[in-house]
Amino acid sequence: MSQRPLSPHLQIYHFGHTMALSIAHRIAGLWLAAGICALVYWLISLADGEAAYERATALLSAWYFRVLLFSWLAGFCYHLVNGLRHLVWDAGFGLEKLQARRSAVLVVVVALAAFLIVAWLFCTLQRGTP
Amino acid sequence: MSLRSPLGAALGHGTAGEGVGHWWSQRISALALVPLMLWLLISLLRLSLADYAAVSIWMASGWNPVLLVLTVLVACWHSLLGVQVVIEDYVHAPALKIASLLVSSGAHVLLAAGGSYAILRVALRSAT
Repeated sequence: MSQRPLSPHLQIYHFGHTMALSIAHRIAGLWLAAGICALVYWLISLADGEAAYERATALLSAWYFRVLLFSWLAGFCYHLVNGLRHLVWDAGFGLEKLQARRSAVLVVVVALAAFLIVAWLFCTLQRGTP
Repeated sequence: MSLRSPLGAALGHGTAGEGVGHWWSQRISALALVPLMLWLLISLLRLSLADYAAVSIWMASGWNPVLLVLTVLVACWHSLLGVQVVIEDYVHAPALKIASLLVSSGAHVLLAAGGSYAILRVALRSAT
């Protein structure tokens, strides 16, 4: 049993941008787990009635919570787009070194564009929000 | 001498001793979350989020509560699996690892149940 193969340890890899993206995928995923807590808090406040919902809305509209919300949005855009890249890999495509490097750039560009568009839409559409 | 064939001993056991079920669950929940989360994001953008009545009506109408419960459940499931992998990769002390896994699983189940119950309360309240 002790002769079973081990996957190579992290230290032996040359650090490249594809590796940074892989780590960022995990960090974004962990951060989104915290985002679920905020979503559930919002849902419970809605279920608890108008007064509770207004308290939650006031809290979620505070500048520091806005920073958190936008960070979750950024994390979501990245985790979604890079997650699709992982699904393509799992299907057996795009695994060559050059392809992986190109798709890494594509992921960053698409995720950033998606974040900016949704953030802009949010600011425009929710302008009436206190 | 064991009477089990080598294949019988190996089937269903990955390096974590649990086969590929975890891997598949993570991929399928990821795939399901793509349309669900896009739907949620677009719905939230279209809503006037400060308007308690408008949000309540939205959460009670048509398929919205069903899709929302599914989104919360699948998101919690996907998150549980993902956090589990991170803990298994980076926490090596057996006691701490098992404790972290238990806390993470418990927290995710609590979020899934709390979120679903809240959605149902809103949906059933407005329906009557």
